[in-house]
Amino acid sequence: MGTKCSCECGTAPTLIFSCSGAADVGEMADQAARSLTREGKGKMFCLAGIGGRVSGIMKTTEAAAKILAIDGCPLNCARKSLEEAGFKDFIHLGLADMGLKKGETTLDQTSLERVIDEATRLLKQEK
Amino acid sequence: MKEIKVLGPGCPKCEQLKKNVEQAVAASGVECNIEKITDMLKMSEYGIMITPALVVDGEVKSVGKLLSPDDIAEFLK
Repeated sequence: MGTKCSCECGTAPTLIFSCSGAADVGEMADQAARSLTREGKGKMFCLAGIGGRVSGIMKTTEAAAKILAIDGCPLNCARKSLEEAGFKDFIHLGLADMGLKKGETTLDQTSLERVIDEATRLLKQEK
Repeated sequence: MKEIKVLGPGCPKCEQLKKNVEQAVAASGVECNIEKITDMLKMSEYGIMITPALVVDGEVKSVGKLLSPDDIAEFLK
């Protein structure tokens, strides 16, 4: 038709889901997802919408270019929620794998930056 | 009556989706109310992050796709 879009419609985003759990590591996962969003490395999206099978959130996630799930503890609720909803192809970052222990982690800038750096590395690595 | 909403900022792709919806509705004979939503805040209420999006009776059926009238007709059954 010769018409070109100048807007960002149809642009598939990188979506970031955080477990945002009640524990200190859940808070760390949440803060990392928000920081990554502010840095433009992806867009934090609502994991509760996946659990609730909210149609707009499901369809947007299906259309995402990349998905990153960040879990604070080894229960891996973010990963399991996505899998239960039928999403298989996503990047997973577990803070426990980085040595951050539930109940023993302080939300300090150094630890947060470590998580952000690792998430950034994984996002760059995965096509 | 079916409630159909086309969500998009108003670019050619979004406008074409609305035209395709109108075409599908006319061909189906199903009574529908078609609304175009361009307000970003209203769009965010549907949990979408990619446009154009098509909402039928409150359910998001597609995002980021320019559906053909035939594709849309499937949602009118």
